[in-house]
Parts: sequence; C-alpha cells; structure tokens
Amino acid sequence: MTYFVQTRTTISGVSTALGAAILFCLILLPFFAGRGLIQDMFTILTMLVLAQLWNLLAGYGGLVSIGQQAFVGMGAYTLFGVVILGGVDPVAATLCSGLGALVIAVPTAFFAFRLNGAYFAIGTWVIAEVVRLLVAQWKVLGGGTGTSLPRDATGNMWFVDGIKALLNIKTSAARDVLAYWLALALAVATIAGIYWLLRTRRGLALAAVRDNIEAAKSVGVDAARMKWVVFLTSAFGTGLAGGLIYMQKARISPDAAFSVTDWTAYVIFIVVIGGIGTIEGPILGVLIFVVLQSLLADFGSWYLLSLGLLAIVIMLVAPRGLWGLLSERTGLHIFPVQRRLHGLGLETSEE
Amino acid sequence: MIWVDTIAQGILLGGLYALFAAGLSLVFGIMRLVNLAHGDLIVMGAYLILVLVTLLGLSPFIAVLVAMPLMFALGWGLQKHLLNRTLGDDILPPLLVTFGLSVVLQNALLEGFSADSQRLPTDMLTTASVQIGSIALGVMPLLTFASAILVIICLNQIFYRTSLGRAFRATSDDPVTASLMGIKPNQVFAVATGIAMIIVTIAALYLGLRSNFDPNIGPARLIYAFEAVIIGGLGSLWGTLIGGIIIGVAQTVGAAINPEWQILAGHIAFLVVLLIRPRGLFPRAND
Repeated sequence: MTYFVQTRTTISGVSTALGAAILFCLILLPFFAGRGLIQDMFTILTMLVLAQLWNLLAGYGGLVSIGQQAFVGMGAYTLFGVVILGGVDPVAATLCSGLGALVIAVPTAFFAFRLNGAYFAIGTWVIAEVVRLLVAQWKVLGGGTGTSLPRDATGNMWFVDGIKALLNIKTSAARDVLAYWLALALAVATIAGIYWLLRTRRGLALAAVRDNIEAAKSVGVDAARMKWVVFLTSAFGTGLAGGLIYMQKARISPDAAFSVTDWTAYVIFIVVIGGIGTIEGPILGVLIFVVLQSLLADFGSWYLLSLGLLAIVIMLVAPRGLWGLLSERTGLHIFPVQRRLHGLGLETSEE
Repeated sequence: MIWVDTIAQGILLGGLYALFAAGLSLVFGIMRLVNLAHGDLIVMGAYLILVLVTLLGLSPFIAVLVAMPLMFALGWGLQKHLLNRTLGDDILPPLLVTFGLSVVLQNALLEGFSADSQRLPTDMLTTASVQIGSIALGVMPLLTFASAILVIICLNQIFYRTSLGRAFRATSDDPVTASLMGIKPNQVFAVATGIAMIIVTIAALYLGLRSNFDPNIGPARLIYAFEAVIIGGLGSLWGTLIGGIIIGVAQTVGAAINPEWQILAGHIAFLVVLLIRPRGLFPRAND
C-alpha cells in the first residue's frame, strides 16, 4: 500500500478546461467586441490584478496594506518618466514600472515592518502619502497638476500598427486593444504566478505563517523572509498594473495616481466581498464590483457607500466572503491549494 | 525671531493633533483596536456641531456640549453592536470593518452635506491674539492647546483614580481574568469608545473653528493622529501630546521654508522617529 499527496481534484480538471476556453474567448474578444467593452474589460482585468496582489499580501501574508496606491502611482510615474525623459517606447516602459515600484517598496518594507498588525496598515498609508507629496514636487513631470504622454510616443507605440492592420481599426482603438491584451496577459500571469507560488513549498510556508506564526517558526519557516517575498512580489505586480493603467489613460496627476479610494479601497472591497484568502474570491469580487458599478453608476457616492456597507456586512457575517460561503457549502475549489492525502484507505485532508 | 514664532505656532498646532490622537490612543490602549474611521468620526463631529449651531442658533461652544452626549451614545452603540463583534486574535476584521466604516462615513457626509467646504461660525474670540514678549499667539490655538492638556489630565485621572479606570486597565491587561472579577469587557469597551467620542467631539470643535472642513479630510486627520500616537509611544498619553507637538513643529517649520513642504515635513519627522526609535519616544505598552 502506498499513499500520496495531491492538490488536484476532479472539479479542478474540469475547471482547467473551462478556464482555457474562457481565456481563448477573451484573447479573441477584440475581433468581435466594440471599443467600449474592451475598455470595460481593461478596467476589470487591471482591478483583478490589483485585487489578487492585495489578497496575496493580506489574505495569505497577513500584511494588511492601505498603501497600495504608492505602487500604482510609482509604477505609473516611472512609465511617464521613462517615456517623457528617456524617449522609451510606452510598451517597453511598462516593464520599468514594476521596477519603479520595487524601488519604493524596499524602503517602505524597511519602515513598515517595524510596525505590527494594525499599525502596519496606517504606516503603509503614510508612506504612500509621502511618495505622493514627493512626486508632486517633480516639476518635469508636471508637479501637482500632472502631465500627458507626448503624442509622438503614443502614436508610434510598438504593435499598434500591426493591430490596426489586423483588426482594421483606428489608432486610438488599437491602443485600447493593445492595453487590453497586455492587461489580460498580466492578469493570467498574476493568477498563474500566485497559484504556482501557493502550490510550492513557499506557499505552504506562507499558509503556515498566516495560520500561526510561532508554530511556523518552530518548524523552520523563515517568517521574516516570507513577508519580504510577499511584499516585494505584490509591489512589483502592482507597479506593473499601475504602469499599464496609466499607459492606457495617457494622462497622469499625483492625486489620481496615488488615490487611496481608486487603488486601495475598491481593491479591498473587491477582495473582502469576493472572499479573502482564496484565488477565486477576487475573481468573484471583481464581477460583483462591475455589476454594482453598472447598477449604481448614476448615484455617485451612493455606490462607494453601498460597497463599504456590503463589505462590512460580509466581514461580520461571512468573513471568508461570498466565495468562502459557496465553497463551504459545495466543497468547490477551482484553484485547489489544499494538500489531500490519498491511499492507505485514508480520506483525510490537510491544508 | 520669526523662528521662535514659527516654533511657538507649531507647538500650539501640536495641541490640536494631540486632541485628534487622544481618542485613538485611548481605544488602542484598552482594546488593541485601531479605528481607521477615527478621522472621519472627527469630521462627522464637526458637521454635527455645525448642524446644532445652524438649527438651534447656539454658539459652537454650547453646541459642543449638546453634541458630546450624542457622540458618546454613538460611540457606545458603534462599539457594542459593531466593533465588539470584530475583536479577536485575527487582525483582519477590525481593520477591514473600520476601513469600510471610514468610506461609508465619508460618502454619507458627501451625500448629506455636499463636497463644499464648511466652517463653524467664528466671533471675536477666534481672531483675537495675545502678545507674549515679541510674539503674538492666537487665543484659539492657546485654547486648543489648553484643552488638549485638560483632556489628557482628565483621562489620566479617570485611568488611575476611578473604578472605571481600574476596569479599563484590568481589561487592557487581560480581558479573561478581568471578566472573572465581574467586569464585562464588552461593556467596558463600549464605555471606552464612548469616552473617545467625547474627545473626538472636542477635537471636532477646534477643527471646525480653526479651519475649513469638508467630507474628504478625515483620512488626513487619522494619519496625523496616528503619527502622534506612534511618536509618543503606545500607551502614553503625555507621549501622544509630545508626538503631536513634534508633528506640529515639523509642519510649521516646513511651511516656513516652503509652503508645499508643510505636510511632507510632518510625515518625514514621523519616519525619522520611527527609524531611530521604532517603539516611540516614551514606550510603555508592550505591543
């Protein structure tokens, strides 16, 4: 008799096939969808990336950051800096935006890791404010009022001519399609990367640190190192997303790029409503976010107010979010990370 | 001489920040809860005073007395029915619930009062100043600073001279043992948040009298309050006052050099203290 550990389930095999089919449709979407839908999908995908990365931080790493806007803003400003001052192509510059966010993330981690739990949250917020105020002093990039990407940079972007010819559309629409495809690639890479991380030994260590830091340390997990890994990974990805978002907008200002509402509050609500600590949660959350947005679009601040209320209610009633409720009832896991022991007549499971 | 004046203004501004921070410090000290909606509650207090002033034609100083019991009741209810349910070993629920509360409050105020700047009605008192040596100090900043000191003295008296304070300290140390002695931690927490809301109301009065306010300024007040608490060291109310003064002086000195650096200088001062003394200047609590 032998036994073995596996994470895949029958359902996950089915859902992998389904996921591949959905991905295929999403790749082909620009061939039959209008420009408005492509722009909406771009927003959804970038919010999904931000949500997945915040979830990695808070849901798996136990690091509740309210300063994610620092990395979105820094990524975006790095893109604008490299394009405007260095004359680099905007598509190539998006890669630099991840590095730009890392430059801020290292000192941020150095300061913020001195603060525990709740104080870490406000600490990251303070640092995001400091970065915003410093960037607003950067006169070459428009100071407090912001700036736009130069027309010759946005007009001659890589791949845009090819997309124009392929889809037979105008330059501005082709730019949106390009941004959409990049966002799709980033979203897939983020989800795949997080899923991969959680299934490795590192992921197990991460879950151990989240569940009980002392016990994790006692079996040899380097908790401090895990915190750094998670924080820097999340900052890098958030910076990439920030660069991409502002490459599409082509216009930036410190108040917008470092907005706590747009880049952290919405993201937190998406994760909490969908289900914190799962990969499926943010996906479900971003869908609910979009539905609520289209329902309440005309009601201004009522939208944010109801999102906040919904998040509070969910945190109190179902702390694992809507996905948590669903998977508790049905045992459904699209991205299973639970390690199940099979064989020897055992049917136990352990996380 | 201008520097002496700048620093004096900064010290008095620190009194305002200490008022912002005292409620936060109290709640954290007793139940280890960081209320991310603290700044928005201050702004809400300012609107409440404004409504009382406009509807009843009261002076702001009388209106604040009417607002205090209302805010106490609000804090008591908020803690009893919402925040107590989030307390526990997991830090996520209190943080996320109070963050949600912050966003809800901001948008409710925005819906109710619009984004226009408001100000409490001012009279002679708010513009008066006294001459001390060669520097002129505003009566309003002096009054704020005196109120901050008074609040801290009162809180210390409550903490160390009353049975309520004993319950506060006992619950803070060990809620389980305290409840064996007949203390109901949830009840104690509700009273503590109620008292914090009274301080919030006092802070709101001076916020509204000294400057314009709108529904969006709450988070910045939370950040100043938080910085003052951390600089002072957790659990020390006098430390919180010193923390407020450090932020205040850094801001006025920064503004004197370049108006754009005012807020930034305060944040930098905080980061420098955090770098040198990670546990604050006068640490007492062990968390």
